[in-house]
Amino acid sequence: MSTHTVAVDHVDGATTKAFLTVWFALLFMTGVEVFLAYEQIPVVIFLVALIGLSVIKAALIIAYFMHLKFEKLSLFLTLFPMLILCVILMLLMFLPDSSRLLMMRPR
Amino acid sequence: MSQGNSAAAVASVWAGGRSPYAVNSKKFGMWLFIISDALTFSAMLMAYTYVRLSTPNWPTPFHFSPSIIFSTVMTFCLLSSSLTMVMGVHAMNHGHRKAAVGWILATMAGGGAFVVLHLTEWLNLIHNEHVTPFANPWGVPLFGGTFFALTGLHMTHVVIGLIYLGIMAFAVARGKFKAEDVEVSGLYWHFVDLVWMFIFPLVYLMSAKI
Repeated sequence: MSTHTVAVDHVDGATTKAFLTVWFALLFMTGVEVFLAYEQIPVVIFLVALIGLSVIKAALIIAYFMHLKFEKLSLFLTLFPMLILCVILMLLMFLPDSSRLLMMRPR
Repeated sequence: MSQGNSAAAVASVWAGGRSPYAVNSKKFGMWLFIISDALTFSAMLMAYTYVRLSTPNWPTPFHFSPSIIFSTVMTFCLLSSSLTMVMGVHAMNHGHRKAAVGWILATMAGGGAFVVLHLTEWLNLIHNEHVTPFANPWGVPLFGGTFFALTGLHMTHVVIGLIYLGIMAFAVARGKFKAEDVEVSGLYWHFVDLVWMFIFPLVYLMSAKI
């Protein structure tokens, strides 16, 4: 083992109760998504709800199941701002272009 | 240099001997892989959204029965397998190897059920809706191309995860590997679950309304 490697004591930050709560929350949000898909609500509200719930579900999985909530802040700051920036750049570049293509089609 | 000064140098951040992230190298490596893989899936989801938005007659062959029912059950299987995986890591952290093996095998059962259901859903599309990666009855070949590429890449990740977990379960049962190794395999499995949280609404649920 390198002298630069430090043995890190594992801190088991979450409990079985917390895992079960997160699991129930994830199942509930999935149920809401399926319910909304067959309800008569405006498309924009449906899309915002779907994307919002998906992001919340992803955040819960990362925070509790992947244990990131209990890691050092430096790990989060190294990994996630770059990922979020790249996704935003892709959104900014491709989504307006796809809508423009739709508008340019001959009717 | 006096003894006091050298002790201060060792304690310095720049002198080494400190772990800036307080995680072991295997875990950090898996995190880096997950972030790069997340970018791959982001690009594929973006590509699917792009062609879908720019195609007015985008096909929506995902009927409530069987497609939406199947995909909802598949979501339940993956979410439950994530719970069993985290319980496996928890058991391993507390030194309960036998319990950890049981939880990992339960995780594999959830993942296996997901693959079986997904293949059934694929076969339904291929045989009943006549959708292939290159053609479909609606004349929008990009639908099959993007759908099978996206869900196929995800299913490949699930299958690789099952093999990975199988190796872990076998080794842990034989007294090999440490808790941190099981945790690293758990990170991969949760990531596979996380990706599905975006594929399920984007591909299946949006077809129900839009």
